[in-house]
Amino acid sequence: MQHLYRQIYADPKFHQLELKRGRFSWLLTSIILIAYFSFILIIAFYPELFGNPIVKSSVITWGILIALCVIFLSFLLTGIYVYRANKEFDRLVDDVIKDVREIDKATLNE
Amino acid sequence: MNNLNTRFVFWLPVFFIPSLLFAGDAVQSEVTQQPTNIIAITMFLLFVAGTLGITYWAARRTKSTKDFYAAGGNITGLQNGLAIAGDYMSAASFLGISGLVFASGFDGLIYSIGFLVGWPIILFLLAERLRNLGKYTFADAVSYRLQQLPIRSLAASGTLIVVLLYLTAQLVGAGKLIQILFGLEYYLAVVIVGILMVLYVTFGGMLATTWVQIIKAVLLLCGASFMAVAVMYHMDFSFEILFRTAVEVHKNGVTIMSPGGLVSDPISAISLGLALMFGTAGLPHILMRFFTVPDAQEARKSVVYATGFIGYFFILTFIIGFGAIVFLVNNPEFLDPQSGGLLGGNNMAAIHLSKAVGGEFFLGFISAVAFATILAVVSGLTLAGASAISHDLYASVLRKGEVREGDEIRMSRIATVGLGVAAIFLGIQFEQQNVAYMVGLAFAIAASVNFPVLFLSMYWQRLTTRGAFVGGSIGLITAVSCMILGPTIWVDILGNAEAIFPYKHPALFSISAAFMSIFIISKLDNSVSGHKEALAFEAQYVRSQTGLGSGDSAQH
Repeated sequence: MQHLYRQIYADPKFHQLELKRGRFSWLLTSIILIAYFSFILIIAFYPELFGNPIVKSSVITWGILIALCVIFLSFLLTGIYVYRANKEFDRLVDDVIKDVREIDKATLNE
Repeated sequence: MNNLNTRFVFWLPVFFIPSLLFAGDAVQSEVTQQPTNIIAITMFLLFVAGTLGITYWAARRTKSTKDFYAAGGNITGLQNGLAIAGDYMSAASFLGISGLVFASGFDGLIYSIGFLVGWPIILFLLAERLRNLGKYTFADAVSYRLQQLPIRSLAASGTLIVVLLYLTAQLVGAGKLIQILFGLEYYLAVVIVGILMVLYVTFGGMLATTWVQIIKAVLLLCGASFMAVAVMYHMDFSFEILFRTAVEVHKNGVTIMSPGGLVSDPISAISLGLALMFGTAGLPHILMRFFTVPDAQEARKSVVYATGFIGYFFILTFIIGFGAIVFLVNNPEFLDPQSGGLLGGNNMAAIHLSKAVGGEFFLGFISAVAFATILAVVSGLTLAGASAISHDLYASVLRKGEVREGDEIRMSRIATVGLGVAAIFLGIQFEQQNVAYMVGLAFAIAASVNFPVLFLSMYWQRLTTRGAFVGGSIGLITAVSCMILGPTIWVDILGNAEAIFPYKHPALFSISAAFMSIFIISKLDNSVSGHKEALAFEAQYVRSQTGLGSGDSAQH
C-alpha cells in the first residue's frame, strides 16, 4: 500500500484534485463561519438591529428571519458540497486511483 | 446464543438490587411526583419491548469487533443520518430549547443555531477524512502516524470525561423528567435507564444502538411535527398570527421577538459559539458514527441527512415554544397556582403543550418519546465510552494490537457494565445538583481536546506526538480549571463571592490554549520520532483524501 500512496502523492492529478476540493471546502467553511459569527456578534454588540420588524405592520423581526436563514443556509451548504463531491470529486479520485493501479500492473509485468 | 441468554438472566437481579435498596428512603423526599400515567407507561413499555427485541436480533448478528463497534460498517447514509440526529437531539434540546423559547422567545434560537452550525463544519473538514483514516474510534485517525500510547491515552481521557459528564447530566435530567411524567421514583428511573442502556450496548453493540436511535429519531420528529402542525392549524398556518398572539399574552410582550439578556458580553458570546460549534465536531459518540457506514460517500450523505433532520427539528422546537406561549400562558390547568409559572418549570412547556393540543393520549405519546430520547442518547454515549476503554486503552495500548477479537469484545462489555454502574452512581449522587453546566463543560472539553488534535492530525504535517499530547492536555486542564474557577461552579455551586475566572464559557480560552501549545511544542520538537511522524504524513494524506486502504483491506 505504501508505494501506491507514494505514487499518488507524486501524481499531479492528485494535487489538482486536492487543491480544488480543499478550496471548495474552505470556501464553504468560511461562509458558514462568517454567517454564524456575524449572527453572534450582532446579538452581542447591536441587539437592537435584530429587534426591528421586517415590515412596519409585522411583529416578525429581522432577528427571527435571519436566524431561520442561517438554519436553511447550513442545510443548503451541506447539500451543495455533497452535490459537487458526488458529481466531480469522486470521479477525480477514481481517476487517480485507476492511474496508479495501471502503472502498478505495468511495472509488475515488466 | 445460549451463552448470551444465560448471561442476560444472570445479570438481571444484580441490576435491580440497587433500585430496591433506594426505593425506601426516596419516598420522604417526594414533592413533585405526579400520579402514575398509564398511557405513557404503556407506550414506553411498547418502546422498550420493541427495542429489546431489536437488541436480541442484533446480538445474534454481533460477532466480530467490526460488528460490535461499527455495526459491521453496513449502515446506509440515510440510516446513519437519522441515527446521528437521534444521537444529537437529546431531551435537553427538545425540552430545554422549547422551554427556553417559551420563557424568552428569540434567545432560544441562539442555542439552536449554535448546535446546528457544527454540522456543516464536520462535513467540509472532517467527515470524509475521518472515515478514510479510522476504524472504530476517532483515536484511530489521530494516532494513524503518531505514537499509540500517549495519543490513545489522551483521546481516551477526552472521550471518557466527555462521556461521563454528558451521561451524568442526561441521567439526572432523566430521573427528574420521569419522576414528573410517569410518577416513578427518581432512583428507580435512573436505575431503569442505566440498565436498559447497558442491555442495548452489551448485547446489541452498535447495531442495536443505531436502531434505537433511528426509531427514537423517527418518533421524536413525528411527535414534534404533529405538535407544530397542530399549533399552526389553530393559527391559520400564519406565522404572523402565531407571533402576534404570543406577543399579546407573554409578560415580556414584544421583546420576546428580539435578542434578550441571554448573551450579553461579546467574549461570552464568542466563547459559547465556539464551544457549541467545535464541541459538536469533537463529541466522541458522534464521531464514532462515521465508522458505521461503508465509505466516505455514505459518511458524507449521512451529514446532509443529519443536518436536514436536526435543522428541521430546531424549527419545530421554535414553533412548539411559541405555541406553548399561546396555549399555556393563560391556561390555569398548566400553571402553578402559587408562583404563576408553568407546572414543573419551563422545561415542561413541550410536554404541557402536547396535552393542550392532543389530549391525554398524545401527552402519553410525547412523554414516552421523551423517555425514549434519553435512552437513545445515553446508549450512544455508553458505547463510545466503552470503545475508548476496550479499543483504545485495552487492545491498542495495553495489548499493542495483539488481541483476539473475542477478548476485545468481552472487554468492551465489561467496560459497558462498569460505565453503567458509574453513571447510575453519579446520577444518584448529583440528584440535588444543578447539572446544566456539565453539558457545557462536556462541549468545552470536546472542543478543546478532541477537536484540536483530530483537526491538526489531518491538516498539519508538522504535528508531533509530543505537541498533540502536551497541547491536548493543556486544552483539557484549561477548560476544566476555567470552568471550576468561573461563575457557574465557583460562585453558584461552591458559594464563593466572586469568580476567579470571570466568564461563564471557557472555550475561547481553552481552544486557543490548546491550538497554540500544540503548535509551539510541535515546532520545538526536534526528536527523531517527530521527524518520522512528519514524513509519514504523505501516506496518511493520500489515504485520507482517496480512501485507498480504508475499508476491509485496512485490517491487513
